[in-house]
Amino acid sequence: MTPLLQIKNLQAEIAGKKILHGVNLDIGKGEVHAIMGPNGSGKSTLSYVLAGKPDYDVTGGEVLLDGANILDMAADERAAAGLFLAFQYPLEIPGVTTMTFLRAALNAQRKKRGEPELSSPEILRRVRTEAEKLGIDPEMLRRPVNVGFSGGEKKRAETLQMSLLEPRVCVLDETDSGLDIDALKVVADGVNRLRSPDRSMIVITHYQRLLDYIVPDVVHVFSKGHIVRTGGKELALELEANGYAEYVEEAA
Amino acid sequence: MAAVQETVDHVRRIDVEQYKYGFETKIESEKAPKGLSEDIVRYISAKKEEPEWMLEWRLEAYRRWLNMREPNWARVDYPPIDYQDLYYYSAPKKRPTLNSLDEVDPEILKTYEKLGIPLQEQEVLAGVVGADGRPKVAVDAVFDSVSIATTYKEELAKAGVIFMPISEALREYPDLVRKYLGSVVPSTDNFFATLNSAVFSDGSFVYVPEGVRCPMELSTYFRINEEKTGQFERTLIIADKGAYVSYLEGCTAPKRDENQLHAAVVELVALDDAEIKYSTVQNWYPGDADGKGGIYNFVTKRGDCRGANAKIAWTQVETGSAITWKYPSCILRGDNSSGEFYSIAISSGRQQVDSGTKMIHLGKNTTSRIISKGISAGRSENTYRGLVSAHQKATGARNFTNCDSLLIGEECGAHTVPYIEARNASTQFEHEATTSKISEEMLFYCMQRGLSSEEAVALVVNGFVSDVLQQLPMEFAVEAQKLISISLEGSVG
Amino acid sequence: MNMEARPVRTAADEAFIKAFAEVGADLPGSANVKAQRAAAFGRFEACGLPTRRVEQWKYTDLRQFLREARPLAAPPGAVERQRANDAGRAFAAIKPRRLVFVDGTFVAEQSDLTKLDDGLTITSLADALAAGDAEVVKRISDSNVSQGDIAYALNTAFMAGGVVIAVEAGKHIARPIHLVFANCAEKPASIFVRSQVSLGAGARLTLLESHEAFGAEEYHVNSAINVDLGEDAELDHVKLGSDAAAAIHVSTTGAVLAAGARLRDFALTSGGAMVRNQLFVTCNGTGAIVDLRGANLLKNRQHADTTLVLDHASPGCQSRELYKSVLDDTARAVFQGKIMVRRKAQKTDARMMSQALLLSETAETDNKPELEIFADDVQCGHGTTCGALDEKMKFYLMARGIPADEAEALLIKAFLGEVIDGISSEGVRVALSAIVDATMDARGH
Repeated sequence: MTPLLQIKNLQAEIAGKKILHGVNLDIGKGEVHAIMGPNGSGKSTLSYVLAGKPDYDVTGGEVLLDGANILDMAADERAAAGLFLAFQYPLEIPGVTTMTFLRAALNAQRKKRGEPELSSPEILRRVRTEAEKLGIDPEMLRRPVNVGFSGGEKKRAETLQMSLLEPRVCVLDETDSGLDIDALKVVADGVNRLRSPDRSMIVITHYQRLLDYIVPDVVHVFSKGHIVRTGGKELALELEANGYAEYVEEAA
Repeated sequence: MAAVQETVDHVRRIDVEQYKYGFETKIESEKAPKGLSEDIVRYISAKKEEPEWMLEWRLEAYRRWLNMREPNWARVDYPPIDYQDLYYYSAPKKRPTLNSLDEVDPEILKTYEKLGIPLQEQEVLAGVVGADGRPKVAVDAVFDSVSIATTYKEELAKAGVIFMPISEALREYPDLVRKYLGSVVPSTDNFFATLNSAVFSDGSFVYVPEGVRCPMELSTYFRINEEKTGQFERTLIIADKGAYVSYLEGCTAPKRDENQLHAAVVELVALDDAEIKYSTVQNWYPGDADGKGGIYNFVTKRGDCRGANAKIAWTQVETGSAITWKYPSCILRGDNSSGEFYSIAISSGRQQVDSGTKMIHLGKNTTSRIISKGISAGRSENTYRGLVSAHQKATGARNFTNCDSLLIGEECGAHTVPYIEARNASTQFEHEATTSKISEEMLFYCMQRGLSSEEAVALVVNGFVSDVLQQLPMEFAVEAQKLISISLEGSVG
Repeated sequence: MNMEARPVRTAADEAFIKAFAEVGADLPGSANVKAQRAAAFGRFEACGLPTRRVEQWKYTDLRQFLREARPLAAPPGAVERQRANDAGRAFAAIKPRRLVFVDGTFVAEQSDLTKLDDGLTITSLADALAAGDAEVVKRISDSNVSQGDIAYALNTAFMAGGVVIAVEAGKHIARPIHLVFANCAEKPASIFVRSQVSLGAGARLTLLESHEAFGAEEYHVNSAINVDLGEDAELDHVKLGSDAAAAIHVSTTGAVLAAGARLRDFALTSGGAMVRNQLFVTCNGTGAIVDLRGANLLKNRQHADTTLVLDHASPGCQSRELYKSVLDDTARAVFQGKIMVRRKAQKTDARMMSQALLLSETAETDNKPELEIFADDVQCGHGTTCGALDEKMKFYLMARGIPADEAEALLIKAFLGEVIDGISSEGVRVALSAIVDATMDARGH
């Protein structure tokens, strides 16, 4: 079976500075891969390049989603194709209520996929159901997107968007940053509910802690812009114990 | 930078085709001879069958105007206007009997249909909601220099509300008009207002009697159709003690290569405990991408809170005109009176906007609020200019002002010029202004959720202006939102 | 309506014209300086003293304030010099290098010109003008910085006293320099002083300035400082305005900053009948940082005007402005601040705030904070507030046993604290706080 997501020798730079030095990664349907690595190793860059952030220039390689190269697609087309990035720092959009935003995003994606748009009551019903599961106060849906949200609320809102948009590949960028343990559990539960045989995930994190709650099938160590080691979930524990020092040197 | 680059590209591609109301109605019209003179002023007055005092009032204004200079302090730039090269009066030839739409030139009816303005009264029983569930709106349609039709007059009359063309009001209620006309914007006020006083041809007159809440929204729809014709309408709205009225105004014009002058005057009078809400969606033709053509919109709008607890709110959505020069203002004369100004001004192409408000606090415990959102794109210049002043006797005056500007692209300008003058200690004024751009990060975030770059920009801009949109009457807000999207289509994304 | 007609000349205008005709030729300067003087005077002559019809002078009608032009100050005699010994005490504790100006004339004998720090040169303006010093002349002829201001043009025409201070690249001058202006003449006079401060790349200097009176209550000072900051240079400028009650004081600071340069400017105004501090600051290099602050403590019929134009002409510069006024009786504070961001000045970060505290029903404040922006990737903002003392806070303090006047003084000091706290030198901060305290104490009695 072909992997759902294939990253082949991906190279990218920003403002002329090379960050990704040939990333290779295959993720099968239903698999959860963790990418761990020291700060500044290029983990977040990988997530931005996958999602199509305009600041980055891809200088080589391919990214195939279900066999189709997504690198030529604009960010919104990639989203419609099923790629979702949970931001480390979700953006605030003043004046646009969360509900309006969710409706706009959901219907924009459906339109691009040639699916009928959903009615407002139908969207409201879906949002309410998912919000309830994540313990999100309906009041929050009337507030502007992420404006004045606490760190925990922002990550919950990201998870709510992810549940609602039903992506095929989820990229979680440092989802644990800025969360206390209770908030982390709520978010992890939300993510785990989304695990399914048809959906794959890339969980990017600096710490092993998150992986206690979102247990990965495969763990990769990322350093200096590429994957330097791959193993099972026990690799995360090893990293927790020994740190990244040996990989930083290995890669150097 | 891709998303913004795309936006900039869109701005460069801005095309007159974006202006959806640019068509021309081919009808025969009756015009006064070109140019301006005492004879023209007399001609207009005679056409309107005005009382003698009105002619005198006009002539006095005209004579004064001859000695006035065009103001030059605004941040707008245009070649000198040849005031002798304009028509000051133009009316469709077949003059309709008022209230009988059957007699209106079918071409004109088609025009309004095309513009989406309902001139056919809905067949309904008394009540606020029409047969199709939409709220009823009474419309006065002004076509070039004359009012074509005013709807719902009878129903309004039952409530005691007078809503008619000002030319008709001058004949039917001369004393009422005489009492208030020029009492807020005197005929000596400024160059354009004085010109208007001399040559205004039509406009709306509203009187809401004591204690009456006007049973429906009133609206005037202004259409400039003729070539080389100036439009000088005059609107006068009086809310007597304890009365309430909400009034909407819309404007469009055909695409033409030459600039056309629009110099209107709007006067609002709110007596004790009265409230007037005045909303404008201004969509005059803005000119083409190179700044050719478009309306010069030089407008004087002022409201007088003449009584205690009176309230006047201006809401404006400005997307059209080559040049906008307007400062809808409130004179807060009555104790505890309040004034509000909510504005969205979008400029693109070569448009120039110099707009804002004046809040003059004279009475005790008067309050005012200003929310202004300026969006500049293309090669436009967008200036907020405002005055907030508290007189020495205006103890307890309060103002809150917020002016935000958004720049889209690298060839536009956004400027903020507020004057804040406090002349007593119990005044509390707060003013804040910011200028920023739509962040790349924000656009990327929206696009990652599936919105196209145009949709993302529209969403963010609508969020930026949401405080003001909320102030518009519901149906108008929907229209305004659409209009913003349309102007964004060409200019922002 | 704008009246463009040339205003009628006032007695003051005529007096200046007469004075320039009489003494203009004798004022210090080489031929090209004299040409600059004549050109500047021509600009003045064309429009006269600015009135409120001149937008930049809308709230300060100089023509009204300066009804008479006093004769140019005579060189100081022994009595005047003697009086000047008491000047500039406020900064005595920090032992700055004193440069003393009596009625506008630089008095080398009373100034401390010994043991100049390495890399520091101090020349009298008269000498520099007479020598036709190229740098000085260049700055004088650059009227762009002052945006064609007429008060500054008048200064160029009549400037006589002043100093030229230069710091070599890389030199940090540890000891602050204090320009001590003492107005000691018995008879009302007009005083025109001009100084120039140039810092080479990476140089640092603290410049103090004080204006006081020991003679006539009535005089007119027109003072200007040109500041040139090289790359990464840093200047702290602190100005103390303690002029006599009937004095008219117009001061212009024109600063040009190269890349990475820093300018911190602070003005405390408590004296004078009318004081106008104008600042024209141009960020000419990337990454320059500007911090402008001021406090006005005004009473009676005092009028203080701060007008500044901040020109962001290069990318990535940062500016902060914070001005606070405390107004009693019929005092009036004017703040006009304009932030300009030119098209190429992307990534500009500019914030401006003016606040007024009105202690009396008849005090007045006028604010005109302006933004003029042509670059899209910028963060700019301004804010203005005005209002009375917070009665609730005052009540709270009184409920804790603090008497009403003390409670007020405490709240006023807290209001001003934010401006003074930002000053980097502790000595200067202490000195300024002491002045604020003294002014507040004087108010209580």
